[in-house]
Amino acid sequence: MENQELEILFQQKIDREEKIEPKDWMPEAYRKHLIRQISQHAHSEVIGMQPEGNWITRAPSLRSKVVLLAKIQDEAGHGLYLYSAAETLGVTRDEMLNALHEERAKYSSIFNYPTLTWADIGAVGWLVDGAAIVNQVSLQRTSYGPYSRGMVRICKEESFHQRQGYEIMAHMAQGTPEQKAMAQDALNRFWWPSLMMFGPHDSDSAHSAKAMRWKIKRETNDELRQKFVDKTVQQVEVIGLTIPDPELKWNEEKGHYDFGEINWDEFYNVISGNGPCNKQRLSHHKKAHDNGAWVREAAEAYARKKQKSVAA
Amino acid sequence: MDTKEALFKYCLRLADNNLVLGHRLSELCSNGPILEEDIATTNIALDLIGQARHLYQYAAEVEGKGRTEDDLAYKRAEREFYNTLLSEQPNGDFAVTIARQFFIDVFDYYFYKELLNSKDERLKELAARAIKEVTYHLRHSTQWILRLGDGTEESHKRLQTAVDGLWMYTGELFEMNEVDEILIKEGIAPNLNDIKTKWESKVSEVLAESTITKPEDGWMQTGSRKGMHSEHLGYILAEMQYLQRAYPDAQW
Repeated sequence: MENQELEILFQQKIDREEKIEPKDWMPEAYRKHLIRQISQHAHSEVIGMQPEGNWITRAPSLRSKVVLLAKIQDEAGHGLYLYSAAETLGVTRDEMLNALHEERAKYSSIFNYPTLTWADIGAVGWLVDGAAIVNQVSLQRTSYGPYSRGMVRICKEESFHQRQGYEIMAHMAQGTPEQKAMAQDALNRFWWPSLMMFGPHDSDSAHSAKAMRWKIKRETNDELRQKFVDKTVQQVEVIGLTIPDPELKWNEEKGHYDFGEINWDEFYNVISGNGPCNKQRLSHHKKAHDNGAWVREAAEAYARKKQKSVAA
Repeated sequence: MDTKEALFKYCLRLADNNLVLGHRLSELCSNGPILEEDIATTNIALDLIGQARHLYQYAAEVEGKGRTEDDLAYKRAEREFYNTLLSEQPNGDFAVTIARQFFIDVFDYYFYKELLNSKDERLKELAARAIKEVTYHLRHSTQWILRLGDGTEESHKRLQTAVDGLWMYTGELFEMNEVDEILIKEGIAPNLNDIKTKWESKVSEVLAESTITKPEDGWMQTGSRKGMHSEHLGYILAEMQYLQRAYPDAQW
């Protein structure tokens, strides 16, 4: 069959809401798009361990310490099954890590912002994971089977993370004046970068149209961003903090909140490598990977020896 | 010292061991040689700090002065901690982390197995929970001892250096004082001399299989039973306790 015919059949299958599985025929561009997206998602989980890990040793109670540890362990686990999902498309984890280290692959830009106070751990769990959930809930219905199933599993755990973050914020917002100030400051710093997590406006999004047609994405960046704003505003009000956006206002007619324009200069600036922590995050990851080279070599050498002795 | 005070101090010692080692492991988050190892390390840290919480809670109850697990973890000073010197040693390279973990895992494995026979119901329950986790920790560190010892020339050399360097802290694991004497008499605590025999035999066996030379028993460092530590503990506590100390009126 010609590629053109195959592509028609492929699109028909997607339009019938059938999942594409690893051994099915797929257009090269679909495969590439998925590898890019899933590996970026995996890298985000892994790089995200750094800003959160930054506060484990300083967590202010034993309970908050174990909850944070459990959360980070989950993120690492998500990274692992996302790498596995990407591997079903014919790319290895080493290749994906190389792409990350050579800056050919990206991770979520939000992790290029620092976690400066304990309240930031609340903000990351609540806003960053909250934004991620809106996106991931939508991705549970993505057209590629392994990715979709991975998302179902991940979503279950992410909703616990969001509660963890919100609990920290709620607690601090009701605490001493210093704690409340820390919570507000964290919200001020993380609010806009969280909205940026959904990516450029649909009109400026390079990959959006194709991804929608292939049902890799089911909702547009702007639709998802609106959902996030709508559900978060109420949560902010409940704990008595203020969203740093003077233009934020309920729009009765639309049934949604209107909100101010994102600073897109900042968005593109951070994406292109100039965020406060881009260099730090990447060099940390490279360093850990390089420092671990002798360990991985030892494990391989040992496994080879064992195999030989079994064979002998 | 009465039994109650001895039991309180004993719980603190066990809890401090778990908390401080858990703290060290949690420092490694995002620094693992491979993602799977990051998951394992955070998981073990989580187990250890979880065990510490139960032990502090019990210690606080035994003491009966209204202190909480967080008061005990966050509001005691350097000289009031009773964790072993081994548990507070820096992570070093992966070989040091694994050697430290292995020595402690072997100890914990035989220790909690014995503690299952304690006449104290709460410690018995804690041991039943801990032994499941520690069995997994020991399997994990044993596998790495074998891989590193019998892996490449470099890994062998690094592990041998780590084992040699940490050996002088292993004697302290088995030290007993008045606290132990009182609780052994009551059938609450195990005799650490018995644990020592099992520990030595297991460690010898695994090191031999991994082609690592077991160091000669030389001078053994001591002090933690009296709250005398290496310089490292002060930094661990400074970091761990900072928010509680900086904002004494705050609830977290």
